[in-house]
Amino acid sequence: MSGFVSIRNLHKSFGTFEALRGIDLEIAEGEVVCIIGPSGSGKSTLIRCINRLEEFSDDSEIRVADIPVAAGRTLAKVRAEVGMVFQSFNLFPHLTVRRNVMLAPMRVHKASVAEATERADKLLKRVGISEQADKYPGTLSGGQQQRVAIARALAMEPKVMLFDEPTSALDPEMVGEVLDVMKALAHTGVTMIVVTHEMGFARQVADRVVFMDAGEVVEIGTPDQIFGAPKQDRTRNFLSAVLNH
Amino acid sequence: MDIFETFFNVDVLLRTYPLLLKGLWVTVKLGAASIVVGLVFGLALALIRIYAKRPFRLLARIYIDIFRSIPLLVLLIIVYYALPFVGIRLSGFLSALTALSLVSAAYTAEIFRAGIEAIPKGQFEASGALGLSYRHMMADVILPQAIKIVIPPLTNNSINVIKDTALASVVAMPDLLKQATQAQALAANPSPLIGAAIIYIAFLWPLVAWVSRLERRFGGDTR
Repeated sequence: MSGFVSIRNLHKSFGTFEALRGIDLEIAEGEVVCIIGPSGSGKSTLIRCINRLEEFSDDSEIRVADIPVAAGRTLAKVRAEVGMVFQSFNLFPHLTVRRNVMLAPMRVHKASVAEATERADKLLKRVGISEQADKYPGTLSGGQQQRVAIARALAMEPKVMLFDEPTSALDPEMVGEVLDVMKALAHTGVTMIVVTHEMGFARQVADRVVFMDAGEVVEIGTPDQIFGAPKQDRTRNFLSAVLNH
Repeated sequence: MDIFETFFNVDVLLRTYPLLLKGLWVTVKLGAASIVVGLVFGLALALIRIYAKRPFRLLARIYIDIFRSIPLLVLLIIVYYALPFVGIRLSGFLSALTALSLVSAAYTAEIFRAGIEAIPKGQFEASGALGLSYRHMMADVILPQAIKIVIPPLTNNSINVIKDTALASVVAMPDLLKQATQAQALAANPSPLIGAAIIYIAFLWPLVAWVSRLERRFGGDTR
């Protein structure tokens, strides 16, 4: 059975380094999947392939809502369905917070200023940033910026949200506020694929957890299975390293 | 003869002042036209240089390197005195405009390229991930940020273009320098040349000061 996000035989190399060595992953609509693993294991590369921010080899296949993620015309279609949140926020520094959220709906969906404003304000309220709407991103804390970035991605009403280590660049005291927004989002039925080091979040929110190492999917299971009774040695070693400190 | 009478002869300056102003007007027109043409052509070149297909990228690069290497005076003389041999006969103004903007475009292209390449990769990725088209990405995200970076060097380049308009006197353009040398010949006194120098300085000094201020302001901008 093919999933809402369907990844088959995904290979990706940087020069001679094989970052992904044949990934197969099917993700159902509305599912929340967390991808964990040591750094350099290919987690980020994997989700960056889903909206083709990374090119991948021709014999690989990725489909989102049955649309092939191929270069060319259809890519815009896929990207309109797939929102992304980056480790380093990547807000547009020359636009106010509200304008950051309004830009894509106005340009891609041809929303009017009034519609875009209304939607932006609603989303900013949802992520708890209403008071900062007229400020510039540079004046916000990291946690606030990341919440704006989530609102900006949601403004396109994506069916899939990709999170690429969304809390890794944050000061510890700001991690919680971002995870809270993501938890709330997980209950809305949007498909979420989250690369994270936050094991607590993965355990609590994920429907399934994917453990990757050295460009391969080592193990997939429910959080209870992965954290409670990992089958593979590599998974066990990784978890004992990150959980016992 | 005292130095004031030779170089700062008020009588001569007053007599030749209207000529100099006429020359200034020609200089300003030529400078402004060259700057605008150079900007438009330079931005196009920069975009080709970064984003076009390989052969076009290479051509843009060759163009930029050639026109940054050739002395402006040499180019100007080629345009004015050599092109007529192949049937292209441009007026003094058009010759000067052509030479100035060809060279200005090459420098402008490099300035724009540096500006665009200074924008963090994440800005391009975020635009792409949101589904923005290339056109919207450039117009709404990349160029507005690049402009801030390129304004000081672009202003510097514009100052250079205005200064280089003085070379147009070689092709019989009645610009500020040409008028000054003519007035000097008529009055048998070099004061008009000093007058021209003062006008150049008075005209360009504010621009130079403005660039310094911009550089300080944007230089302190960290993000």
